[in-house]
Amino acid sequence: MKTKGNVRMKKSIATLATISKIALGLAALLALPLAGCGKKADSNEILIGEYGALTGSIASFGQSTHKGITLAIEEINASGGVLGKKIRLVTEDDQGKPEEALTAVTKLISKDRVSALLGEFASSNSLAAAPMAQSSGIPMVSHGSTNPKVTQVGDYIFRVCFIDPFQGQVMAKFAHNSLKLGHVAILRDVKSDYSVGLADYFTQNFVAAGGAIAGDESYSAGDKDFNAQLTSLIAKKPEALFIPGYYTEVGLIARQARRLGFTGALLGGDGWDSEKLWEIGGDALNNGYFSNHYSVDNPAPEIRAFVEKFKAHNQGEAPDALAALGYDATRVLVDAIRRAGSDKPSAIRDALAQTKDFPGITGNITLNAQRDAVKSAVVLEVKDGKFLYKETVAP
Amino acid sequence: MTVFLQQLLNGLSLGSIYALVALGYTMVYGVLRLINFAHGDVYMLGAFAGYYTSRLLHGHLGAAGGGLVEAGIILMVSMVACAGVGMLIERLAYRPVRRASRLTILIVAIGVSLLIENVAQMVFGAEPKFFPQIIPEKRFDWAGVVFTNQQILVLATAVVLMIGLTLFIRRTRTGKAMRAVAHNPDAARLMGVNVNFIISLTFAIGSALAAAGGILVSLNQPGIDPLMGLMTGIKAFVAAVLGGIGSIPGAVLGGLLLGMAETFVAGYGSSTYRDAIAFLILIVILLLKPAGLLGKGQVEKV
Repeated sequence: MKTKGNVRMKKSIATLATISKIALGLAALLALPLAGCGKKADSNEILIGEYGALTGSIASFGQSTHKGITLAIEEINASGGVLGKKIRLVTEDDQGKPEEALTAVTKLISKDRVSALLGEFASSNSLAAAPMAQSSGIPMVSHGSTNPKVTQVGDYIFRVCFIDPFQGQVMAKFAHNSLKLGHVAILRDVKSDYSVGLADYFTQNFVAAGGAIAGDESYSAGDKDFNAQLTSLIAKKPEALFIPGYYTEVGLIARQARRLGFTGALLGGDGWDSEKLWEIGGDALNNGYFSNHYSVDNPAPEIRAFVEKFKAHNQGEAPDALAALGYDATRVLVDAIRRAGSDKPSAIRDALAQTKDFPGITGNITLNAQRDAVKSAVVLEVKDGKFLYKETVAP
Repeated sequence: MTVFLQQLLNGLSLGSIYALVALGYTMVYGVLRLINFAHGDVYMLGAFAGYYTSRLLHGHLGAAGGGLVEAGIILMVSMVACAGVGMLIERLAYRPVRRASRLTILIVAIGVSLLIENVAQMVFGAEPKFFPQIIPEKRFDWAGVVFTNQQILVLATAVVLMIGLTLFIRRTRTGKAMRAVAHNPDAARLMGVNVNFIISLTFAIGSALAAAGGILVSLNQPGIDPLMGLMTGIKAFVAAVLGGIGSIPGAVLGGLLLGMAETFVAGYGSSTYRDAIAFLILIVILLLKPAGLLGKGQVEKV
């Protein structure tokens, strides 16, 4: 018995040893590529991480943003970089999905060891990634997430755009004062923090201004058939539909609403801003209005200069608001690095918080105590495939 | 009353889409007792085949026959291409595991589905594409109730295919061979039926149906993307089960019922809980009639 026990013991020790050898080998294997990839910025580079929807149903947002960011970085590097170092951009695709956004940011922070983060546009994606940036102490600048909750995650999270309470107010005022509407129905995307928030702020402001909400229905991003909701909304005879969604669904909703005989105005927010909107919705979008961060038609000389530079870099493609915001966010971040005099994340954070009157393409950017930008918004009209400037609304 | 009729029509229109896709599910299941989870993805491939064909054709045909000529060519190309894809899937993925346990086959089916979705995202790109309006939309307004020629086309196709398939399976020699294979593949082989050929053919027909569905649906709702088959596939599968999987009229009935359940829940109840309530109704129906509405009650080992 004893010997048997001993043998068994020896065997199990041998097994243990083998297992630990294998484990060690595996660890070494894993560590090798990590060490290789974790190429910590060599001393004359500053790494900035970008995460965004380069593919997926909101890919147009990520693509435009990326072009804006790249343009800004090229310009900065061409003029000698910052603190005597070049900026290197590391880009990760999150396919427009919150869970992928978190993965992307985790990778940028732990593997690439970036000094700061740029992104995202969709509020749900920023909200998914922000806690990671906050807990790792890496400053994150969102260029276009307008939901208030994004910067409430913590003191490392900033944005260079206005927030939805303001955007909701802009469209409510525009609907009530400029279009003289009294009854508006709402169709919101329940899956999106942005859409739900914006619908609520619109409702508050529109009702406060003396208007009435005729109906409030919802859909989920990815739906293709909206006839049921539209039929019941149109039956309530609203003068306009407020659709605070993203362009893919908005295009289909516009089509189906017009098919069902709706002729009133269609209203929305900055989620409409994409060339794809017209491609999908077509004529149905005429008599549509949405709030946005900037207008490409703005005659101000600095905006004309930006538009020309952007076109020269992108085969004549005009920059949309996302491109302008991406450009601004990058320059605000680099300006903070310059003022911080260091690429240490905590120093960048402190400098970012001091951002005041930065002359951006989308307006003068001052970050308030909530780390949000206070800026004016524009209202654009959709007409025959063009977004025409209607009016500017100051905060 | 107008609103009610409009919702009824919306439901029929949505349901006919599910019905069209459900036909393919039910047909493959009827012969092979296999739930082909890749069916929804073949539906997506059909829409993309149509998209690229129409881009190739664009401008070469003009508006001959009100776009019907172009639509016909696109439909043919896409159906043939998808029939090929269906046969390929069967040959490469399902045939090697045909005699394995049901669970193995089920996992293979899910794997094929994920493979197609991800390869499609790489090849086509994940951003949505706009499906061209090959058949110009005509809108009919009948006392306030609105419908379009495209919606009628989808519904009519689903019904015509349902009748055609039923006749094919009941009346033709090949149909008889299919039923024989469904009943007992070994006995069918002993009787001289080429079982492999029949199974390949079943997949070809099922996949061609999915392709037709993909194109007709994209005409109606012109945003297509590589994941469009996911939800439609699940809903169509549920429709097939609801109607009694394996039963061809059942697939159409199940599709229409599901479409109407969703539409009425969204239109008169809460659009937020549309899917939840619609599926709850289905669970209740299946509790009362486990074999589905038109299914034959038989004990099935899954």
